[in-house]
Amino acid sequence: MLNIKNLEAKVDNKHILNGLNLCIKPGEVHAIMGPNGSGKSTLANVLSGKNGYDTNGEIKFDGQNLSELSTEERAQKGIFLAFQYPLEIPGVNTNVFLRTSLNSVRKAKGEKELDTLSFLKLVKEKSSELGIDEKFLSRQLNVGFSGGEKKKNEILQMKILQPKLAILDETDSGLDIDALRIVADGVNSYKNKDNAFLIITHYQRLLDYIKPDFIHVLSKGKIVKTGNSELGVELEKTGYANFI
Amino acid sequence: MKTEDLKNSQEYKYGFTTDVENIRAPKGLNEETIKFISNIKKEPKWMLEWRLKAFNRLKALKEPDWQKPKYPKINYQDLYYYSAPKSASDKPKSLDEIDPKILETYKKLGIPLDEQKRLNGIAVDAVFDSVSVATTFKDELTKKGIIFCSISEAIQKHPDLVKKYLGSVIPLSDHYFATLNSAVFTDGSFVYIPPNTRCPMELSTYFRINASETGQFERTLIIADKGSYVSYLEGCTAPMRDENQLHAANVELVALDDAEIKYSTVQNWYPGDENGVGGIYNFVTKRGACRGKNSKISWTQVETGSAITWKYPSCILQGDNSVGEFYSIAITNNHQKADTGTKMIHLGKNTKSKIISKGISAGKADNMYRGLVEVKNKASNSRNYTQCDSLLMGNKCGAHTIPYIKNNNSSSTIEHEATTTKINEEQLYYCNQRGLNQEEAVSLIVNGFCKEVLQQLPMEFAVEAQKLVAISLEGSVG
Repeated sequence: MLNIKNLEAKVDNKHILNGLNLCIKPGEVHAIMGPNGSGKSTLANVLSGKNGYDTNGEIKFDGQNLSELSTEERAQKGIFLAFQYPLEIPGVNTNVFLRTSLNSVRKAKGEKELDTLSFLKLVKEKSSELGIDEKFLSRQLNVGFSGGEKKKNEILQMKILQPKLAILDETDSGLDIDALRIVADGVNSYKNKDNAFLIITHYQRLLDYIKPDFIHVLSKGKIVKTGNSELGVELEKTGYANFI
Repeated sequence: MKTEDLKNSQEYKYGFTTDVENIRAPKGLNEETIKFISNIKKEPKWMLEWRLKAFNRLKALKEPDWQKPKYPKINYQDLYYYSAPKSASDKPKSLDEIDPKILETYKKLGIPLDEQKRLNGIAVDAVFDSVSVATTFKDELTKKGIIFCSISEAIQKHPDLVKKYLGSVIPLSDHYFATLNSAVFTDGSFVYIPPNTRCPMELSTYFRINASETGQFERTLIIADKGSYVSYLEGCTAPMRDENQLHAANVELVALDDAEIKYSTVQNWYPGDENGVGGIYNFVTKRGACRGKNSKISWTQVETGSAITWKYPSCILQGDNSVGEFYSIAITNNHQKADTGTKMIHLGKNTKSKIISKGISAGKADNMYRGLVEVKNKASNSRNYTQCDSLLMGNKCGAHTIPYIKNNNSSSTIEHEATTTKINEEQLYYCNQRGLNQEEAVSLIVNGFCKEVLQQLPMEFAVEAQKLVAISLEGSVG
């Protein structure tokens, strides 16, 4: 599904990613761990097409070269990024945002736009799965949301947009235990053999709930170690020092 | 008289001209021109005298220059003050008599004058250059005693009402542009709603400047008698020309006891090209008097067009318990300039006013909110709430807020809140990541910013206005 070869990324001439290789197949869950400043969020940004990065190397998504696609085209093709800091958009109703977004994605796929009633039905179903109160959906997007509410809202968007590849950028940071469990349940219930996850995290605790197939350790813009879920437990004990 | 070639037509889709034969007054501002206008409209003597009185006062007045957007001196002697399609010189009695080219123009603008095809529930008065060419649904309104016609017709058929109210809100020599209008106004709409009558449909006037080198000076007078209600909408467009054209209208509203007037404007005059060449100078005086107790006047404006917008729709809250509201969206892009806001003058007891202003600035544009809230000493227990929000797009535009607040009554309260924000790259990226393209993202964010004002518009126009907001800002980010 996703094939990254020798990816380099620079911001203002500062090298952040230095020849990163990664291959993700449908049905897999990959976790990226690593110390602050190792390039984890940059990887998420480059994959989703954020402006401001000079890149080299190759990223193929379903056989297509990602560098040819704009941010919205990547989203429409099924790349979803759950933001570390979801943005507040005053005046825009959460429901309206979700619907506009879903319909843009559907339109791009050549599907019919969803009418209000079907949309409300869908959003009601998905939000109740995440224990999100309906009232919350008529509030302005992320405005005045608590950290946990913002992150749950990201997972709700994921479940509605149904991406092929979901990238979770430190979705666990700032979550209490209950919220963490809800977010993890959201991910687990969405996971199937056709989609894949790239989970960026600092801590093992999220991986207690979402079992990754692979854990990669990122250091200085490169993957320096890849292992199975036990690697996370080991990292938790020993820290990164042994790997970087 | 060159017309901008139509390469920009995607940005301003109303920029076409209609080729119709015109009757014009000779160029220049003088008594002869005023007599020409009055004569061609077969006005009674009192009207001509009123105009000439205004003209005499005008000679003593100076063009104001305190506004922020500066403009080159206007040569008032080099303008035409009257231009009318030849075919309309005798006002057509039915649609069949209107020049088909004019009908076609309104059709292109999405305003079919054919009653069969009209949206239900909206009566339209169409003003083409200096004259009203058609008013729809007249018969239906007449049955309820509602008068909706051109001001020219009202001067002839309802002189008592016109005499009583014309100039009663905007005095003859109020200021330069208002006085100029009083001298040379050519047409506009007249509305009278009889006591205890709720106007059953939206009334709407559609203004179109077509001829070149012509100023448009229309005059609108709306009277809501005791216990009545009316909702009125005004729309306007103009062809793209590389000259600046002056539009100096006067709008007067009078609400008697327990009456309510809702006045909405979607202003989309030609804004000039992206280099700031051409466009309309929109110097308009709009004022409403809440003359009766418990009366209410509500202004809603969506200002997206014009090279310069300079206007302050105001409410004079005379009647006890009267309410004035002002909801405004002013969008300036490229080189557009706006200096707009409102005046709320509290005279009666327990009067309330509310001001919600949303200014959006993009490109190299400059957007100014200027407003006056004044509570006079007898206006006990009055309240005002003002909220001015500015949104900036890019680094080359400006937003300014100048509130003037005068409170002479210690039992009254005035509140003012203001914010300035910038659409940031992160918000756009977030929207893009959810599949929205740049334009959809800007439209979503901006419409969210303007929501409180858009909600005030009659439903039929709210959707149009939302689209207009998005179109006006197309290409302004990224």
